[in-house]
Amino acid sequence: MNTFQILNGLTFAALLFVVASGFTLIFGLLRIVNLAHGAMYLIGGYIGYTLGVKTGSFLIGGIGAMAGVAAIGFVLDQGLLRFVRGHELRQVLLTLGFAFVLNDMALVIWGGDSFTVPIPESLRGAVNFFGIFYPKYRLFVLVVGILLFILLWLLLQKTRLGALIRAGVDDAEMVEASGVNIRLVFLITFLLGSALAGLGGLMGGAFLSLYPSADAEILVFSLAVVIIGGRGSLLGVAVGSLLVGILNTFGQVMFPELAYFVIFGPMAVLLAFRPLGLFGKAT
Amino acid sequence: MTQTTRTLSIGLITVIIAALLPFGLSNYQVGLATEVLIFGILAMSIDILAGFAGRTSLGHGAIFGVSTYVVIYMVSHGVSPVLALGLGILAATIVAAVFALLAVRTSGVYFLLLTLALGMIVWGICLRWTQVTGGENGLRGDIRPQFLYDHRSFYWAVLAATAVLAFGIWRFVRSPFGLTLRGIRDSESRMRSLGYNVPLHLFIGFTVSGFFAGVAGGIYAFFNNFVSPSTVALTQSVEGLLMTIVGGVGTLFGAFVGAAAIISLENIVSSHTERWQTVLGITFILIMILAPEGLVGKVRILLGRVRGSKPRTLQDQALQNPKP
Repeated sequence: MNTFQILNGLTFAALLFVVASGFTLIFGLLRIVNLAHGAMYLIGGYIGYTLGVKTGSFLIGGIGAMAGVAAIGFVLDQGLLRFVRGHELRQVLLTLGFAFVLNDMALVIWGGDSFTVPIPESLRGAVNFFGIFYPKYRLFVLVVGILLFILLWLLLQKTRLGALIRAGVDDAEMVEASGVNIRLVFLITFLLGSALAGLGGLMGGAFLSLYPSADAEILVFSLAVVIIGGRGSLLGVAVGSLLVGILNTFGQVMFPELAYFVIFGPMAVLLAFRPLGLFGKAT
Repeated sequence: MTQTTRTLSIGLITVIIAALLPFGLSNYQVGLATEVLIFGILAMSIDILAGFAGRTSLGHGAIFGVSTYVVIYMVSHGVSPVLALGLGILAATIVAAVFALLAVRTSGVYFLLLTLALGMIVWGICLRWTQVTGGENGLRGDIRPQFLYDHRSFYWAVLAATAVLAFGIWRFVRSPFGLTLRGIRDSESRMRSLGYNVPLHLFIGFTVSGFFAGVAGGIYAFFNNFVSPSTVALTQSVEGLLMTIVGGVGTLFGAFVGAAAIISLENIVSSHTERWQTVLGITFILIMILAPEGLVGKVRILLGRVRGSKPRTLQDQALQNPKP
């Protein structure tokens, strides 16, 4: 593999991190496996594309994608999931049903064509990076991924909200008793996770393009990341994204037709030794 | 009458009624009834795991579809239908064994995620490995043997197979092995401390379940004469699981009630609108909120209440309890 392909792996890993960190935030902290995450990614991308084309602004597209998908997250959490709280498996299957509805609605609104989110002028073209010419936009994705990792880490470890979230996961009743509205804290977490799916959709939509089955592909990548990294660990998501991103690029170069297999093999070996993933803890 | 003889007589009467059905139905309706039988087997195979081992699989659509792919590929390359069916079932059983190897050490949500991811890998391979699978266009072949060409004779053949398979699955879950699976569902740690090899039991249970899903998929090849990535896609697993859940997890024969309900719904919906996915999704959401024990399960609970006895709850513990 040459530098170009390694960079491709790294930038894909950064995108996966953006998407999978939202997934793991909801999964790890709220114990909800949101299988609509892929559909939310896709819709986020579509919203970003539509707004981006209409307004000519990547930024407005991004804000719209995050806000729009957060709104969908609000409906899912407050409108549906509240009826099955505490039932792990029923929650998962409910989000799966919701994903089917979202995908079908996206098909109605945006049709079956594939779209590419327009990128701003300043991010077009390539720059000389470590001796090769590399697309500026992909480097931007890499930077966003790294920044997001730092921000999320600070949020969870250094802020009051982060402390409340972590405490709420361990003992919701106790936090509630100390006068904190834990439901609100959980809702904020859910909305944040959803917004990250929207952001991922916008960013991925600019270099992977958006089409009706993109949601399933990004979902299976996110699942691989979370299964490898382990439940609810931010570091796990980062390491998982790196592994999956690089393995996937390697697979596409070596065995274009069976690229999925290259992720599956190592995942299998890992699970044989650590069923909870690299950084997962038994609950 | 003991419970066994009662269940067997009910089963026999059902088969006789089902065998008489084609005389009152149009060719199209016979086709639908055949589909119900095939998907009933798939739903039963999912129920072996969900209802008796407490493991909800989202990978069975893929196992089912692998068999369909192999059968159509083989027959259109000149292999005899019987041998092709055997090879299809074998392939599905091997895929199930691989899934099982990876998944048996996990439970609950992790098991579901893993089987979902594994199923999607199969889907990805079928989509991309164009030379063999035909990619998005799939494989087509007029493969049904001459003597089964007629809708009714095919239906009777499938019914006969279904009766044998259903009896087999029923015997399997009632065998000492099946009871061990139930024990694992109820308390893994207890079974482990009693000296049972829990992963080995789950591995065998999963592989056997995959065998039955493979049989269903192989029969489906002859029914449909066509296979595409949508046959192995997540939608297929979801529909199968939904049939199991609608029929009632752990009720086994509810699988056919569930299959009939979902296939009728699909046909009614698709004659009015193309939005089948939306309806499927909404059905799933409503079932999860309103009746997670399924139709047959719900009826049993209500009957139990009327009789004043404690309801016989065979449903998936994990679906019922917050913590599995």
